[in-house]
Amino acid sequence: MSGQIEWVALSVFIFFFALVTVMGFLAARWKSGAIGADLDEWGLGGRQFGIWITWFLVGGDFYTAYTVIAVPALVYAVGAYGFFALPYTIIVYPFVFAVMPMLWKTAHANGHVTAADVVHGAYNSRALELAVAITGIIATMPYIALQLVGMSAVIHTMGLSGDLPIVAAFIILALYTYSSGLRAPALIAFVKDTMIYIVVLVAVVIVPAKLGGYGAVFAAADQAFAAKGGATGLILKDSQMLAYATLALGSAFAAFMYPHTLTGVFASNSADTIRKNAILLPAYTLLLGLIALLGYMAYAAHIKVDTPNEMVPVLFKTLFPSWFAGFAFSAIAIGALVPAAVMSIGAANLFTRNVWKTYLDPSISHAGEASVAKITSLVVKVGALAFTLFLPVQYALDLQLLGGLWILQTFPALVFGLYTRWFRAGGLLAGWAVGILWGSWTAWSNGLKPIATLSLGGATYSFYVGLGALILNIVVAVIVTAVVAWISPAEDRSVAVRS
Amino acid sequence: MWILLLVPFIGLLWVPFYNFTDPALFGFPVFYWYQLAWVPITSLLIWLVYRSRAHDDA
Repeated sequence: MSGQIEWVALSVFIFFFALVTVMGFLAARWKSGAIGADLDEWGLGGRQFGIWITWFLVGGDFYTAYTVIAVPALVYAVGAYGFFALPYTIIVYPFVFAVMPMLWKTAHANGHVTAADVVHGAYNSRALELAVAITGIIATMPYIALQLVGMSAVIHTMGLSGDLPIVAAFIILALYTYSSGLRAPALIAFVKDTMIYIVVLVAVVIVPAKLGGYGAVFAAADQAFAAKGGATGLILKDSQMLAYATLALGSAFAAFMYPHTLTGVFASNSADTIRKNAILLPAYTLLLGLIALLGYMAYAAHIKVDTPNEMVPVLFKTLFPSWFAGFAFSAIAIGALVPAAVMSIGAANLFTRNVWKTYLDPSISHAGEASVAKITSLVVKVGALAFTLFLPVQYALDLQLLGGLWILQTFPALVFGLYTRWFRAGGLLAGWAVGILWGSWTAWSNGLKPIATLSLGGATYSFYVGLGALILNIVVAVIVTAVVAWISPAEDRSVAVRS
Repeated sequence: MWILLLVPFIGLLWVPFYNFTDPALFGFPVFYWYQLAWVPITSLLIWLVYRSRAHDDA
């Protein structure tokens, strides 16, 4: 995709990119305490974000640039099945409302910065803490790499070829994240989300109007799927329904186990901020549902692309005047910067608190923690950049898929301890290990598909591997805990501090 | 009231309930408008639970 350079679009793009770069560096002074003085300031923005900042920040890093590119691409490729992102991002909010305020209170009372801190606080187990930390870091890395994939899709559509633009964009991002911490993506999220809302609202009104209405859009997609055949279509095949539901449920449970979403939770100023956000954040889900429909609009507009990931940028370029296409591309690219920054901060917090401090320098000062985290955030981003430049994109996609499965296995360790003291660290660790091993092996042997198939009494059931692994994980955790409790009922558990 | 939080799970995860095309609404097949409708409904349900719960200081 190296056509002519789209100068108008590119100029608009550069303007907005420059704007957020300036904002990123100035963010250091926004609502500032002493950045660099401790990790609460750099890594959690001072734990002071209220309802609106949290709404923009969590909305900005949960609904990523990759989502804007990949969800319509999947819907374009397979139809209804690609829509599981919609039920997923609806049912996640009752869960957030019920659980995340409890997690916030525990973290706030004990000064926890990461999920692994919370787990260590609950079970006093270094092994379980490390398991949760490493899972978080590894699951996040390919996710950052995918943000770059989203960004390079729009950069290439504007006619720029080569890796230099993406490298430059990422170096700028790395520098202002280093100097401003979580305040940079929080501030930029205002710009990013406003732009995305404008783009999508314009697109969902203008595009169907140009293409003959939503009826025509769905009809065009229906025809295309009928011609294509296979497991595609405007509604699900019977065999896809369980997979659809389990993907939605498993993804919903996994979503707020990731370091970047938890960082948004820990950075908010109260449990009530999180509850109100569970009510307000679904606005983004409505947006996501409409974005997903771009996949069908592509059929009505007769878009032809080499890879599905180019579908959205090419659709905008075809249907919109150049200046608005440039605006849309900026929205998507900036949409990559916010989550990439928060993800690298979340991963850096985990490494600093639960690996560096625990194993290398237990007596580290607060200022020392902040500087280790800042450097780690740079290393994480360079790693993600190298990943996208030197390895096939498919590796990042496969790893991100496995990452979702892996991060879901930290659910019992993180969530159960908020409600009950019954589980033992050994049981949760065994469950985590079995879940990860069975899930990875099953996904691997199915050619890295997230769907496993089970035959029971002649009928076959296809379901999301991650959810199957989570159930196995919980069963193992219960059994091992029961056995351990039976062998040593008198274990001293008074060390575990609860709020 | 907390039971209301489970309603969206039932409404969205029981797929056979909405996996068809007619009747369409504004050109959207049932599969699409039904799921989109759950977005405001879920917000409303969470808000109802929020209002009914005893307020804590956090």
